[in-house]
Parts: sequence; C-alpha cells; structure tokens
Amino acid sequence: MSEAGTLETASTHDLTARTPGARLFSLFGSSFAVGIILPLVTAIAYEGAFRAGLVQGRLLPPPSKILATLWELARSGELLTHVIATLARVLAGFGLGALIGMWLGALTGASRAARRLLDPTLQALRAIPSLAWVPLFILWLGIFESSKVALIAVGVFFPVYLGVMAAIANVDRKIVEVGRAFRLSRLSLVRRVLLPAILPDFIIAIRSGLGLGFMFVVAAEIMGASEGLGYLLVDGQQLGKPAQILAAIIAFAVLGKLGDWLIVIGARPFLSWQDSHSRTQ
Amino acid sequence: MLTLDHLCKTYPNGTQALDHVSLCVNAGEIVALVGGSGCGKTTLLRLICGLEMPSAGAVAIDGETIAAPHPAVGIVFQEPRLLPWLTVAQNIAFGLDHLPKGERDQRVDEALLRVGLSGYGPRWPRELSGGQAQRVAIVRALVANPKALLLDEPFSALDALTRASLQDHLLALWDAHRPTLVLVTHDVEEAVALADRAIVLQPRPGRIFADIPLDLPRPRDRLSPEFAEAKRVVLNALDGSLTQPNPAGGNKATQAAGWW
Repeated sequence: MSEAGTLETASTHDLTARTPGARLFSLFGSSFAVGIILPLVTAIAYEGAFRAGLVQGRLLPPPSKILATLWELARSGELLTHVIATLARVLAGFGLGALIGMWLGALTGASRAARRLLDPTLQALRAIPSLAWVPLFILWLGIFESSKVALIAVGVFFPVYLGVMAAIANVDRKIVEVGRAFRLSRLSLVRRVLLPAILPDFIIAIRSGLGLGFMFVVAAEIMGASEGLGYLLVDGQQLGKPAQILAAIIAFAVLGKLGDWLIVIGARPFLSWQDSHSRTQ
Repeated sequence: MLTLDHLCKTYPNGTQALDHVSLCVNAGEIVALVGGSGCGKTTLLRLICGLEMPSAGAVAIDGETIAAPHPAVGIVFQEPRLLPWLTVAQNIAFGLDHLPKGERDQRVDEALLRVGLSGYGPRWPRELSGGQAQRVAIVRALVANPKALLLDEPFSALDALTRASLQDHLLALWDAHRPTLVLVTHDVEEAVALADRAIVLQPRPGRIFADIPLDLPRPRDRLSPEFAEAKRVVLNALDGSLTQPNPAGGNKATQAAGWW
C-alpha cells in the first residue's frame, strides 16, 4: 500500500499540477463558503429582530446569547469536561460496536454457512428499537459508563455489520478470479483484492455508524448522567436555560461533523481511484 | 507442449459442457478455438488455466499436470478486469510480487512501451479506453513470461478498427517470446488472422468437430484470396458443427431448441 500511495500522489500531481493541500483548501473553502450562507443569514436576521425588539427571545435566545453561553462554558473549562465525557463514551461505544460489526460482517459476508447461521438472529435483534435495551443494560451493567457504552455500541454495530456484510458479499467475482489466476494465497487475496474492493462501502458503513453513535450518546446521557453534552441538555431544560440547550446542540453538531470529516479526509487518499459520479461534478 | 487428455466437464446442475476433448498444442503455436455459443469454449479455457477442475481427464503443460492456477499459464479475460484501485503500472506488476522492485519496474516499463502506452503507468484504469485497458490486461498476463497464454474472446467488446489493431499488437507481443497462445473466439476472421490452427468445437456437449491447419504466411493479408479461402473453410466447418447431429448429444429437436 505504501508504494500505492507514492505513485498515486505522483499521478494526481501530473493531472492537476496543484499541491493536494491547496486543492483541499480551495475545495473546502468554496463549498464551505456557499454552505454557510443560509445559517449565517438566518442568524443575523434573528439577531437583528431581537435587537429591534420584534421578538422577545426568551424561549429562543438570539445567537449572541447562545454564543455568550458557549463562551462562558468554554472559559470556565466546563465545556471541555462535558465534551471529553461525551467523546469518550462515543469513542468507546463506536470502537466496540464497529469492531464487532466489522468481524461479524466479514464472517457472514465471506461464508454462506455463517450467514445462514447468524444473519437471521442478528436481523431479528436489529428489529428491536435500540432504546428498548436501556432498562436491561442498566439492570445488567449499572447506571454508570458501561450501560451507556453498551447502548452506543448496539447503535453503531448494525450499520457497520450490514455495510461490511453487503460489501464483501458484493465484491465482483470477476475481480476475485484475477487474484486466483495470479495464484494469490488466501491471505494476500484478502489483503490485495478484497480489502481494497470493499473499502468505499466500508467507509460509508463506518460513517453511518459514527452518526448513530452520536445519536445514542444523547439518548444515554439524557437518561442519566452527571456530565456530558447530554447532561447539559437536560440541565438546561430543568433550569429553564434554552441558551445552554442550544449551546450543547451546537457542540454536538460540531463534534459530529468533525468526526465525519476526519473519516472522509482520512479515507480520501485511498479512494482517489474511484470512478464515481461525484468526482466528475 | 500443452496437452488436453480426454477432458470432460459436467457441472453440478447436470450440464455436460465438455465431452472427451483431447488436443495437443505445440510450444509457440497459436491455436484458435472457434464454436457457437454453448460449445464449452470458455469452460475449456478455464480448465486449462486451473480456475476449474475437470470431471475427468487432465491438462498438462510440458508434462506437468495443472490442478490449480499455474505460473506457466496466463489468462486474459473477455473484459480487461483491471483492479480499479491500482494504477496501470501496479496492475501490470500484479503478478510480479516475487521480483525485486528494480526488475519489476523495468519489466513494467518495457511492457508499456511494447503496447504503445509508455507514460500511462501512473494513470488509473478508469482513465483508459476499452482498447487501452485490454492491452494492459494482455501485458499483465504476459510480463510473467508464461509458457502458455489463454485469451477468452479478448477483443469481442471492441470496435472493428481497434480489434484489428489489437490483433496486430498481440502478434507482435507473441513474437517477442513466442509463448503458446490459445485463443477463444467466435470471430472467424480473427481466428484466420492470428492462428496456426483453428479448432472448431461442436456444442452440447462440447467436443472437437474439426481441426483445421491455417498455414498462411505471416504477416497475413486479410484481403488475399488465400485468406478468404481459409475463412470459408473454417466457416463451413462451423456451419457443420451446428447443423450436423452431435453423436453424443440428445435428439435433434432439443438441440435446435437449445441453440436458439
């Protein structure tokens, strides 16, 4: 894979004659600038309406107040504590769920026998709304971290499992045959043919897994936590502080987007070969 | 020498694809397998390269029985089947993992030069035309210097001009090391343009119907009367293979129904 990397950057250099960094920046810059227009205009308009006295802003505080709350939380170090608590839960649950999902998905994708044995059970479990597990997890694992991590792991598990299984089952037989014709061992067949072939679908599975991880961390923290962004939400509700709720929501949005973006950026060098529609736009 | 000894292949669903096919191909010889659809051409090729196992009989190259994909036998499929996540150069080097990097790169460069694609090494397969991709697939099989190269209708998806030019490329590549070539085709002109011998197969079950030597001088002039005559002979045999009853087959009515 290392030589793949060097050759590949060489080729993109030839084709575009721009450094990857500059290209990334301009791509990010332009799409970001267009994407920010709608939220920015809405925020400014609402702030203006608040300043002019047209709205009270008691239940929906103006952006300035939300930002001030956010800043206050950040300055006191409180925000960091909550962000770290939430991130730790998401990472633990995501790691656990993604790992198990990956292995079971690989197993059921590669072996028909394993699929016939395991998949019906897993699909039946998938039909259970994940939040229904909460009482059981609390009984089994207590009210602290373990039950939260378990809930997040369940949420992450299914998209990763389904994505990996489908990706492996759908690898083009013709491409696998090329590997066989060149006498690759089972291990090199996996490394040189199967893994690169499923990578695009795998990245999508991981991304939807992470998205669900953030969804379930909110559920877990709302149900009982003494720290975490979800705690900020509940706290804001109980004490009637809508600005704090919105500040926590913004923090969630930023974290979720950042996590997704990290996966996309991390995977991009390995996916530049793709012949996809989005590339030509 | 490539020998097929009473090869039979019956698929698990009961389809009898090949029935006692025996054939000797000399080293360096170019043999074209011609036949209507369903005559087991592709099955035969897959048996020779060890991707499938015969139900009975054996394939051997220089006396060595082929029971699994063998380093002495290379294959080019109907589609280029390049690995999309590898560059053109990496695709060509796919079967050269055992060589040191220096020699590998040198062989890849030589190969690209020989098919007129030098400078295309760092490109992605998606950037190639169909003809270019198939040329890469051919050299990918050839860089490992196989004793025999099998081609499964390699040019059937290309337009006539590209096809003729690729046939010339193939002959030039063959001339460099003179491996044995076994070419499956349904295009009689292609068989006559390339092969030393045309083997006409008969369908249901697949068996050899005729073995026609094509000893026209090379390079072959596609417009010469000898070329046209050779084409006519092969076409006649092909016609016969489809209309004459197959001694091993079922009744004629089901055969005809199956053919259409």
